[in-house]
Amino acid sequence: MANQYEFTPEDLQEIEDIKSKFPEVMPATLPTLWVAQRRFGHVEPDVQELVANTLGLPFSHVHGVATFYTQYYKEKKGKYVLDVCTTTSCQLCGGYDMLHYLEKKLGIKKGETTDDGLFSIQSVECLGACGYAPMMQITNDIYVNNLTEEKLDEVIKSLKAGKMPEFESVGMPQHTERS
Amino acid sequence: MSDWKSYTPVLIPDIPNLHEINVYVKNGGYESLKKVLSKDWTPESVVNEVKAANIRGRGGAGFNAGLKWSFMPKPDGGPRYLACNGDESEPGTFKDRKIFEYNPHLFIEGALIAAYAMQVTTIYVYIRGEYRSWILMMEKALKDAYEKGFIGKNILGSDFSVEFHVTGGAGAYICGEETSMLESLEGKRGYPRVKPPFPAQKGLWGRPTTINNIETLACVPLVIERGADWFSGVGAPTHPGPVLYGISGHVNRPGVYELPTGMPVLQLIDEVAGGMRNGKKLKGLIPGGSSTPILRGDSLEGVNMDADSLREAGSMMGTAGMIVMDEDTDMVEMLWRIAYFYHHESCGQCTPCREGTGWLEKILLKIKNGEGEIRDLDLLLDLTTQMEGRTICALADAAAWPVRHTINRFRDEFEARCKQSTFALA
Repeated sequence: MANQYEFTPEDLQEIEDIKSKFPEVMPATLPTLWVAQRRFGHVEPDVQELVANTLGLPFSHVHGVATFYTQYYKEKKGKYVLDVCTTTSCQLCGGYDMLHYLEKKLGIKKGETTDDGLFSIQSVECLGACGYAPMMQITNDIYVNNLTEEKLDEVIKSLKAGKMPEFESVGMPQHTERS
Repeated sequence: MSDWKSYTPVLIPDIPNLHEINVYVKNGGYESLKKVLSKDWTPESVVNEVKAANIRGRGGAGFNAGLKWSFMPKPDGGPRYLACNGDESEPGTFKDRKIFEYNPHLFIEGALIAAYAMQVTTIYVYIRGEYRSWILMMEKALKDAYEKGFIGKNILGSDFSVEFHVTGGAGAYICGEETSMLESLEGKRGYPRVKPPFPAQKGLWGRPTTINNIETLACVPLVIERGADWFSGVGAPTHPGPVLYGISGHVNRPGVYELPTGMPVLQLIDEVAGGMRNGKKLKGLIPGGSSTPILRGDSLEGVNMDADSLREAGSMMGTAGMIVMDEDTDMVEMLWRIAYFYHHESCGQCTPCREGTGWLEKILLKIKNGEGEIRDLDLLLDLTTQMEGRTICALADAAAWPVRHTINRFRDEFEARCKQSTFALA
């Protein structure tokens, strides 16, 4: 059966641009998997095969890379993947409370996806936002900092309406307040 | 430093929109690059100046950056690389993203000066995949620097040329380990390499490569601008310079603060970070990222944030990512979560780490759930010595240290969680 996945001409151009950064093709593996995941929402084995064929690399190599890194979704996930950080600083500041609140609110456990395919919840390792704990990341993209139950309610409501929260710049406390 | 409030940040100064290249240039940006590309400076003199400044690597190892640069072999006409480590995945660490966001051109300028000093042909900055927002910021900053002629062929009319690219990871703590990062940059699973050969001999694609942390490189333009004497005169004499302290946990004002090295830890917690939340007592502090040994809250009098003072106190400077814990912290839960982290992140190459991190986590889970026995604590301590120093990279050490020191320093709490012995003593 032919591979059901195909890159668009824009994707292929992006992949060419990526390849031009490196003296060899192999370094394009990780960034090309990213292009694929942004296009298809996951990198199931068929997508890994597409990446391998596009780059002219063995499938085994691409599969090896895709399975090493946690951010690549090796199976279909919800449209919004809620990665709740529960590592040390977030753990200390209530990361697990936020995780459990989300689980209860959406009626699923971590690692699961809602029936409507809208949300998946994951408990993840440190995301490097320790000063703004507890926090989560949405589908490998926007960080939502200083979570509270109310803030989670708002975020879920906005995501249900198809709206991603915007990037939130957290200033340096030493800097003077600016609006 | 009693008047820390009067300290003026230099790595991330309080200048609106400094991330924009025009604002950066208007405020004296890229002048250090111009300076080293002028006739007065040779690559060797740049290396020597940076070596004299004693910028100790801000990624955790604390190695003199200029000395590291001097390990690069003489140019042979082939490609040479500088790989900038923006993986920043040590729990408690969230400082380099501040540079990407607020002062990316200082880092870019520092990397360019480093590239000139080592006669590098291509620079890569490797940023953890989770930092997508910051990767995009860096791509924009690099594009602007290319357009202004600070990167590319014959920079500012000199005969120095260099390419500079951003690349990202995809979720793997281990890729912050320098040789693992090189593997990941080469498009592979992030398995750390056996050293020697060291990256300066055989790095990216078998060519000479130096790896530096983002904050380390951001210090470089300041050294060129103000001189090695200025830099080595800031903060602690043996571990000098401005440093980004990332303070998180149970404090009133968590965040990244730029201050000199050698700040008293209690001052950082009580004054800079606004003191303990809800007026609670300080129970423990992880001074420099989760792998650095925890210090008891009652042992912090007179301890400063620099390598020597922290070593004396029984810990390390690491990344200066300070995790503050109050009296209500459950040390067993806390340590179990750290062990879980290292188990999750072990790449699986070396048996002592792959299996050891799993056992640490499992035994701590058992203790956490009230099923542990006192002898499990000694089993844990034994495991840490079986893991430490027996693997390709330092992840096993990073997993072992917190277990050993948290148990030793809070032993009563661990014993209290274990089941009473059912064996007769006699």
